[in-house]
Amino acid sequence: MIDKFFATPEAALADVPDGATVMIGGFGNAGMPARLIDCLIAQGAKELTVVNNNAGNADTGLAALIGAGRVRKILCSFPRQADSWHFDKLYRAGKLELELVPQGTLAERIRAAGAGIGGFFTPTAFGTRLAEGKETRRINGRDYVFELPIHADYALIKADRADRWGNLAYRKTARNFGPIMAAAAKCTVVQVRETVELGELDPETVVTPGIFVKRVVKLH
Amino acid sequence: MKKFDRKQMAARVAQDIPEGAYVNLGIGLPTLVADYLPKGREIILHSENGVLGVGPRPAEGEEDEDLINAGKEPVTLLAGGSYFHHADSFGMIRGQHLDFCVLGAFQVSAAGDLANWHTGAPDAIPAVGGAMDLAVGAKQVLVMMEHLTKEGKSKLVERCSYPLTGARCVNRVYTDLAVIDVKPDGLHLVEILADVSFDELQRLNGVALKYRAAA
Repeated sequence: MIDKFFATPEAALADVPDGATVMIGGFGNAGMPARLIDCLIAQGAKELTVVNNNAGNADTGLAALIGAGRVRKILCSFPRQADSWHFDKLYRAGKLELELVPQGTLAERIRAAGAGIGGFFTPTAFGTRLAEGKETRRINGRDYVFELPIHADYALIKADRADRWGNLAYRKTARNFGPIMAAAAKCTVVQVRETVELGELDPETVVTPGIFVKRVVKLH
Repeated sequence: MKKFDRKQMAARVAQDIPEGAYVNLGIGLPTLVADYLPKGREIILHSENGVLGVGPRPAEGEEDEDLINAGKEPVTLLAGGSYFHHADSFGMIRGQHLDFCVLGAFQVSAAGDLANWHTGAPDAIPAVGGAMDLAVGAKQVLVMMEHLTKEGKSKLVERCSYPLTGARCVNRVYTDLAVIDVKPDGLHLVEILADVSFDELQRLNGVALKYRAAA
């Protein structure tokens, strides 16, 4: 019997090794798997490469993971916030590497990884310093920049409901990076509000099919 | 000189958004445009975090932390609205499905280059968000900014001194002084908004403005 439900977040994250690349879902607080991040902090893995749209807010969640000195490198589109002091301090001290990626390029690089695409040409950032050193090509009169996929060892995401096969339904704008990160990681761990029996999720409303999900934890 | 205030600027931009348009409003000043869209026009607002049909801010106590805009402010969803993931959202942008985006700017050049993400200061922490995608993706890129810096220098320039967000991407600029189109042969004055003569505007602007009065 396939059962992707884990009783605790500790069990679901026990095997994250030092040096892992970890995608973390969410845009601001919407869709951020706060409890899984707390558990990752307690678990102790270090030298992590983190992929998220931002670089944490205030003293909780991703900001706390950064503040605890567990992150070696971050790939994101918008690290600077009024309350991103943990990131700011370590970045300025040269203790945290930043790869700044335009938001749409970040999303497409994640999507490409999950879809088995080896790279793609995007018009975004052509002629800017974020395209410096990258391959470019003119296609039908328009200029493009070549971008590579972003793969991950783990994805930590939040969904609304899941069944034991790992099928997921999301809630409103909390969906954001969840579906593409789920597909891009070798091991996707999902924090959900509610678990349901097989068949209870309307197949027409399943956004992430269970094939992309390894572990599900019900957390409030 | 009496200049347009932020609300007047937002109302002036809103006037140019037609019925049926799909529009992304950038963070900050452009977000104000939503409050001035003419009643009776059906205009669909997109937010890059995965929503079409963004409605007004909810009443106090009605906020839902799962329903926010790109500025991470609570919003509502209009009947007919929809949710989608980030890659689809930026596919809409890059795929030229949006009719307009409205962005803030530090500088716009006579060629339509946009600089709005980085001041170029060596110690600044860079952050780009979705600005570069919107700049190349929307069918019409509208910029909304104060015409002059605090030091009185024109933000419309021959060449941007700040790092670019996108090259040759701006179509029209709305400032607190004027509405200006960016065309292949340079900047064209569309309308003066402030209490200022053309000669004075030209002097402040720094870059040559073309103007052909309506016949």
